[in-house]
Amino acid sequence: MFVKIDKDKCSGCETCIGSCPYDAIVIKGEKAEINELCQLCKACLSVCPEGAISEVEEASDIKEKSEGKGVWIFAEQRDGKISGVAFELLGAGRRLADKLGAELAAVLFGATGSDANELIRWGADKVYHCTDEIVNTFNDEPYSKLLAELIKQYKPEIVLAGATPIGRSFIPRVAASLKTGLTADCTSLDIDDESKNLLQIRPAFGGNIMATILCPNTRPQMATVRPRVMKRGEYNETAKGAIINVSAGDIKSRTKVLQTVKEVAENAVNLQEASIIVSGGRGLGGEKGFELLYELAEAIGGTVGASRAAVDEGWIPYRHQVGQTGKTVGPKLYIACGISGAVQHLVGMQSSDIIVAINKNPDAPIFNVANFGIVGDLNEIIPMLIKKIKEVKGL
Amino acid sequence: MRVIVCVKQVPDTAEVRINPETNTLMRDGVPSIINPYDMHAIEAGLYIREKAGGKVTVVTMGPPQAETALREAISMGADDAVLLTDRAFAGSDTWATAYTLAKAVEHLGADVILCGKQAIDGDTAQVGPEMAEFLDIPHIAYVRKIEEIEDNRIVVQRLMDDGYDVIESSLPVLLTVVKELNVPRMPSLKGKMAAKKAEIKKMTAADIGATEENLGLKGSPTQVKNIFAPEVKKDRKMLEGLNEEKVMALINELQVMKCL
Repeated sequence: MFVKIDKDKCSGCETCIGSCPYDAIVIKGEKAEINELCQLCKACLSVCPEGAISEVEEASDIKEKSEGKGVWIFAEQRDGKISGVAFELLGAGRRLADKLGAELAAVLFGATGSDANELIRWGADKVYHCTDEIVNTFNDEPYSKLLAELIKQYKPEIVLAGATPIGRSFIPRVAASLKTGLTADCTSLDIDDESKNLLQIRPAFGGNIMATILCPNTRPQMATVRPRVMKRGEYNETAKGAIINVSAGDIKSRTKVLQTVKEVAENAVNLQEASIIVSGGRGLGGEKGFELLYELAEAIGGTVGASRAAVDEGWIPYRHQVGQTGKTVGPKLYIACGISGAVQHLVGMQSSDIIVAINKNPDAPIFNVANFGIVGDLNEIIPMLIKKIKEVKGL
Repeated sequence: MRVIVCVKQVPDTAEVRINPETNTLMRDGVPSIINPYDMHAIEAGLYIREKAGGKVTVVTMGPPQAETALREAISMGADDAVLLTDRAFAGSDTWATAYTLAKAVEHLGADVILCGKQAIDGDTAQVGPEMAEFLDIPHIAYVRKIEEIEDNRIVVQRLMDDGYDVIESSLPVLLTVVKELNVPRMPSLKGKMAAKKAEIKKMTAADIGATEENLGLKGSPTQVKNIFAPEVKKDRKMLEGLNEEKVMALINELQVMKCL
């Protein structure tokens, strides 16, 4: 397929140029032209006032779709403990499987039979379980080889995995070896009613725009999902399902984990790796306000961020700045205190999993991107929040 | 030691603005930069050359203007650079990109291949591991420290959510690196001179022996169906009541979300 501009219809008005996020439309000889940067996102199709832009199918577009049946999720474990994201994937997988009228299976490498049963209680109809020594500890090669072999053998149509350091590392190898598509960090998954294809929705351009990705001709359709994005399904104490033991055979690994070191997250200024950020803006009123914010950060185990306004006022150093001219962050939790939410700030933090906004102005744009909003006086609310968090944490 | 660093030229997404009226991207005048994570990969390549000797080659796939990125890498100290450019590469998703880069690496030969952990425009983190699969070599993602490097063995630290793993691998190996690994050096005056004079080698699909059906749009299993502006969060909850009640409600929500 490709996108074509009808030169006879094109008036050279340049309306289409601004619609292209890839800079793929240029004006040559007073007519628009599409260059090699085109990613076929079709954003330009609807904007042309002359109707000069259209998509053209090629003979090679019609490929034979490979067959597949069932939805799989990869349940990762570390130190024998199944990650929370596995149960969230079962929730998402269950909805997709029900929509397709298909079976939901989990794949578990390492851990024990009782862990496999736990996956069934969280919604799996079936668990493919390998307990061979080689998969107890995560190494990319054995994990990717074994999962690819199982997929070839049982032919699921959808495979989901967590977008964790483990999933993001080895799942691409599986997709590469199977010659199929993989979409990273999906924030939403659905089934297209007509084609039954998996609709994979994810942010692009640092979350500035959302994209729907398809994998129309190859199977399985593979996607990773970040932790805490999907909701868990129902836990059913009495659920029954089959556990199929699988063997890793003679799969070998050229990498070896020599040592695993656990680190307690420090309260450093590492905004981009922080899982909780407590951020302050002009509404904090001054350096004193940031002292309060540091106290909140310490109680909740977070890092302190700031809006450009607060940095420009000199209340906090630049290295704390979040936004277009500061750092782009995507923590699990972002608490914006006294930040109005200018676009340049929003682009730096809107991919955060959960956003809490506290502001005295109920019309502040920050509330448009927030999951939870509190309208009120920071000088009252922050101290209360600190006290309650300490109580909850038993500090 | 033959080191290849794969880089990508990206729009500086930190500079991308959103038109508040139409909710579309405004990319006018947005500069192109070397993907920031790839800068750390270049620095790692130079570090390995200092430790173990050899040569650092920088490779990118992109339109002719991506040459700028390669010259910048040379100014930092890379020995030479290859630009993979061909209309047949257009529209590549991660699968086709990884295939193309892997064919080039195969053609050039390498003991260590370095990539940034992900590119800031796509954020997929897939191309590195996919390349390793095509090359049938091991890879280690999220490398935050190189502890040892010898002729046929490397020991690195891999960043994990709860700490790090110390991992040993045979060579050749592909590493994807995080920014904790190092601080990329500034170009030297000598480097800048070299960058100006350097001849950038251009290679096409035919030069790297790539199979056409695996390239570009044709070789890409995924398709972008459409793009759209992010919506205002529908599940937004304004917490009401007295201040104390609002704070308690927030604490409860955060506990449900497992943030506390």
